[in-house]
Amino acid sequence: MTTMTIAKAINEGLRATLTNNPKSLLMGEDIGPLGGVYRVTDGLVREFGADRVVDTPLAESGIVGTAIGLALRGYRPVCEIQFDGFVFPGFNQITTQLAKMHSRSGGKLTVPVVIRIPYGGGIGSIEHHSESPEALFAHTAGLRIITPSNAHDAYWMIQQAVDCTDPVIFFEPKRRYWLKGEVDTENPGPASDPFQAHVLREGSDATIVAYGPLVPVALAAAAAAEEDGRSIEVIDLRSISPIDFDTVTASVKKTGRLIVAHEAPTFGGIGGEISARISERAFLHLEAPVIRVGGFHMPYPVAKVEEDYLPDIDKILEALDHSLSY
Amino acid sequence: MGAPQLPTPGINGTGLEQQSPAGGASNDPAADMIQLLGPDGKLGTDPIFSDYAKRLDPEQLRGFYADMAKVRRFDQEATALQRQGELALWVPLTGQEAAQIGSGRATQRQDYIFPTYREHGVALTRHVDLAELLKLFRGISNGGWDPTENNFHLYTLVLAAQTLHSVGYAMGIQRDQKLAEAHGSNDPKAAVVAYFGDGASSEGDVHESMVFAASYNAPVVFFCQNNHWAISVPTEVQTKVPLFNRAKGYGFPGIRVDGNDVIAVHAVTEWALEHAREGRGPVLIEAYTYRVGAHTTADDPTKYRESAEEISWRGKDPLDRLEKYLRSEGLADDAFFEQVRVDGDKLAAHVRSTTQSLQGPDIRESFAGVYAEPHPLVAEELAWFEEYSAGFEGAEAEGTGN
Repeated sequence: MTTMTIAKAINEGLRATLTNNPKSLLMGEDIGPLGGVYRVTDGLVREFGADRVVDTPLAESGIVGTAIGLALRGYRPVCEIQFDGFVFPGFNQITTQLAKMHSRSGGKLTVPVVIRIPYGGGIGSIEHHSESPEALFAHTAGLRIITPSNAHDAYWMIQQAVDCTDPVIFFEPKRRYWLKGEVDTENPGPASDPFQAHVLREGSDATIVAYGPLVPVALAAAAAAEEDGRSIEVIDLRSISPIDFDTVTASVKKTGRLIVAHEAPTFGGIGGEISARISERAFLHLEAPVIRVGGFHMPYPVAKVEEDYLPDIDKILEALDHSLSY
Repeated sequence: MGAPQLPTPGINGTGLEQQSPAGGASNDPAADMIQLLGPDGKLGTDPIFSDYAKRLDPEQLRGFYADMAKVRRFDQEATALQRQGELALWVPLTGQEAAQIGSGRATQRQDYIFPTYREHGVALTRHVDLAELLKLFRGISNGGWDPTENNFHLYTLVLAAQTLHSVGYAMGIQRDQKLAEAHGSNDPKAAVVAYFGDGASSEGDVHESMVFAASYNAPVVFFCQNNHWAISVPTEVQTKVPLFNRAKGYGFPGIRVDGNDVIAVHAVTEWALEHAREGRGPVLIEAYTYRVGAHTTADDPTKYRESAEEISWRGKDPLDRLEKYLRSEGLADDAFFEQVRVDGDKLAAHVRSTTQSLQGPDIRESFAGVYAEPHPLVAEELAWFEEYSAGFEGAEAEGTGN
């Protein structure tokens, strides 16, 4: 067991991948000598050279498009998109090319590309640096989307993403990059399946589903509710596509109440999808409507008001109260 | 190259217009164009590329003609199949045979080709069964052939997306070759050809692909067929400078070749591929040609261009000029041309019968192709579909399904 931050855990995960898989390589803006704007690739170019840790021209479509070509040649590229809001110049390549290549080739071609995207707000940054665009990718068949919430998962999930034969969007909770945690680099333990949700805290009165940056918030809300005598179960979704509905359904059948929290706007979001599926799967077990806690239907607001925008402990507690008193 | 065009400090701007590439570009397309075989069927000379033309033996020249004739016949048949309701759409290539056969025949087995969606001639040179091209247009497959068999990638319909795939693939070749050389391998070196058109040249992906290719010195040949029309919009709307000139801005060679001259296209492409394979970086080739027919079978060129223009380009026909040359040099006789005609009809018959026998796939294949690894949502939806479909089985047996 080693204690490290999420950023360091991804760094170590990438180091392990580059060491173990000679076909893997990293590409992105400023990921070489600088180590990326968040230093996630710190030191890797020194160790593995510029052919495997590639500083690219400043062009996101170019990064994703050339990664597809490298994958067609047998490589396993891991692309870094510098910030969530800058993925859109590459959106065409991701949705019309990367997601469909396997399908349109009748299964003859595979494109095992990983796209790392630091996402989410709460860091007081400027426009386009705090967004949560995961639903836009989840709506696209052919992609897999995972997001770790702690250092151990981060270390293993990035390696599992590279090992996956399908393209994977790997969302990194940027405001948790410096969150420390214990990492077992010998044994993934429960992290052996990146597409499985984890029950982080057991409870009997209600379930909170969260992922990425909001997992610590959900856990804090559950702890606060406990002081009021409420037993709250917390699930870390980990995979946004596919979603492990079996784990969520089993929890809701036990608790009868479900809150889904994410930073992305609720309208058309992952919370809506979970709500719909759970109403189909566990309608008679529900004691209250599924409640979503998420962003408003607005462009991500300026940093000075992001506290009002972001789901926090109080907003989740308010949703819990509403559900429990329904 | 660019430095003399930069305004010096204190300049008032007078005279800049004449210095700018747009103002300075020649309006005569022939001025900078490599041509060996003219419309009159006479073989000219070029200080660099004549040497490449001299390598061609009569068998190869006859092969050029046979391929061009074959793919033109195929094009007619596919158009007919669309008109008869056998295809949803067809994308004709007539007029562009020399650009495609000349460039395709310059590639080697180990090279990899990324076409757009009109490269039926290149597909022929890569030995793809042309009947397989029609699966896409019949609504049977979004691909249709195994790209790894002939190193001929699937057609890409989102314009220019494949130019980036080409550069990435070329970057992979670079890495493979470095490793191979370290192990003392003597495998032939490979390069990539990225096909696109004058319309797609406006897409951002073409720009990004050229930036990446230049930065990494990637072994890729950008082959732009300037067929003068992006559906209804003329090339002048896409560019104010000759397209091949854009290469200068990226820092690699650009060449305009007469796209209706199969000998020159072949020579220029061979040179560019050698350049790329030898590690000297990318090349842009602009094949100056003309889409004689419609953009697709859903298009109506009479709405946007003069028939006089089409007639003038028919006078530069790539097959006619090679036929004239072969006959005047005594390299082919009536029997040869008759055999070409017979072979074309045979191909057309094969394509017709194969296409008509192609049945729609089962949607279960679509479920199977979404992901390479098992996926619970896809499995769940497939299970639902199976159960739903099974509910109709009895009804059909009783004849009530109508």
